Amino acid sequence: MKIAIPVDEKDLRTNVCASFGRAAYFLIYETETKTSVFIDNSSLASPGGAGIKAAQTLIDNQVSALLTPRCGENAAKTLESAGIKIFKTTSVSVRENLADSRDGKLPLLEDIHAGFHGHGGD
Amino acid sequence: MRIAVLSGKGGTGKTLVSVNLAAVAQDAVYIDCDVEEPNGHLFFKPQHVQEERITRKVPVVDDTLCNGCRKCVDFCRFNALAYIKDRLIVFEEICHSCGGCVMLCPENALTERDKVIGKVHKGRSGSVRVHTGILNTGETSGVPIIKKLLAGIKGIPDSTVVIDCPPGSACIVMESIRDADYCILVAEPTLFGVHNLSMVYDLVKLFNKPFGVILNKCLEGENPAEAFCLERAIKILSHIPFRSDLGLLTSNAEIAVRKDEQYRALFSNLLDVVMKEVQCEATPHP
Repeated sequence: MKIAIPVDEKDLRTNVCASFGRAAYFLIYETETKTSVFIDNSSLASPGGAGIKAAQTLIDNQVSALLTPRCGENAAKTLESAGIKIFKTTSVSVRENLADSRDGKLPLLEDIHAGFHGHGGD
Repeated sequence: MRIAVLSGKGGTGKTLVSVNLAAVAQDAVYIDCDVEEPNGHLFFKPQHVQEERITRKVPVVDDTLCNGCRKCVDFCRFNALAYIKDRLIVFEEICHSCGGCVMLCPENALTERDKVIGKVHKGRSGSVRVHTGILNTGETSGVPIIKKLLAGIKGIPDSTVVIDCPPGSACIVMESIRDADYCILVAEPTLFGVHNLSMVYDLVKLFNKPFGVILNKCLEGENPAEAFCLERAIKILSHIPFRSDLGLLTSNAEIAVRKDEQYRALFSNLLDVVMKEVQCEATPHP
C-alpha cells in the first residue's frame, strides 16, 4: 500500500511539512517494496482550493493513507470519498512517522480544520 | 452625489458617519454594503421592507453524461472540482461562478443552477431610503450582493447616496467605491488607526477618487491620524469628539442628528463641506 506524507524537501531526512495543501512535495512510500518517490505538489501556488487539488494528486497516485499534522475540511472530504485514511503525524521526522505507521502507533487525524479560504491567499 | 464611507478596519465609525450623513440630508439613500455584518438598519429601523433574494451560478454535474475527461478539473483555478472514483465532485463554496467549466465540458455534462447567497432589503426611514445587503453565513464573497445594491444608483442623480462600505481594502471594498463620486475615510487617533488609514488612502489613490478624512474619536493631545493627513496635505473634513453622550446615543441605536442639535450641526456642516468638495473636485485629487 502507498502512504503519502507532505514534506519540505525531496530527501528522506526532510521534515514533515506543517501544511498539507501547500506542501512543496509529497513523499509516496510503498510499504511492500519499501521504495520512496517524491512528487511535486502542483497546488503549492494555487489561488484557492489547494487542499482539494493536493487530495486529487494523491488519489491519482493510488495512495491509501496520508500522514499529516493537519488537514482542511475540503481536502478531508475529497480524501475520504476516495477511501484514503488520514493519520496524524506525531513528530517532524519522516522516518519516525513511517516507522510508527508500520507499527500502528499513529492516531487517526480527528481535528479537521475549517480551512483558510480567502485568508492570506487573496 | 454618491459618497462612499470607508476605513481600513472595523469599528472606526463608518456606520456612525454614514447613518448620520444620510439622516441629515433631506433626500437620501443609505446603502449598507457591509454585507457580512450590516448594522445601519439597526439605527434606521426601516419600514415597509421589501426583500429580494440574491443568487450566483454554480455548476451541477450530470453523472450519466460525464466521461471523466477532467477538462473542468484542470481548468478551474480555484480547484472547485475534483474527480474521484469515476465521479466529479463540485465544491460550491470554493467556486467563483466564472462559468468556465460549463463552457468547456465537451459532453455538456455540466449545467448551472442558482445558489442563494443572501438578500437585499429595501425600506424607508423618514426621508431616507434604506438599502441593506445581507450575505448568508458561510458564503465567501459578498461581491454579487454589492453589485446588486449598487446597480442603478447612477440613475438617482438628485439624491445624496451614502455607501457604507465593508472594512478593509479588499475586492469587496473596491466594488463598493467603484461608482462613488467622493470617498470619506474614517480614522482613529492611534498608530494602529494610521496603519488602517494608509491602506484605504492607497486604495482611493489607486482608484483616482477625490477623498477626505474624518478624524473620529478625537481627544485632547496628539493625533497620529491628523499628523498623517497634514504631512500629505490630505483634506480633513471633520473632527468628531470622543464623548460619552455620542457613545450612549449610538449604543442605544439612536441616530445622533435626530436626537441632538449639536450633532445635527456637526453632520450638517460635514455634508456641506463634502458637497463643496465634490463640486470643486472636477479633477481628481493629485
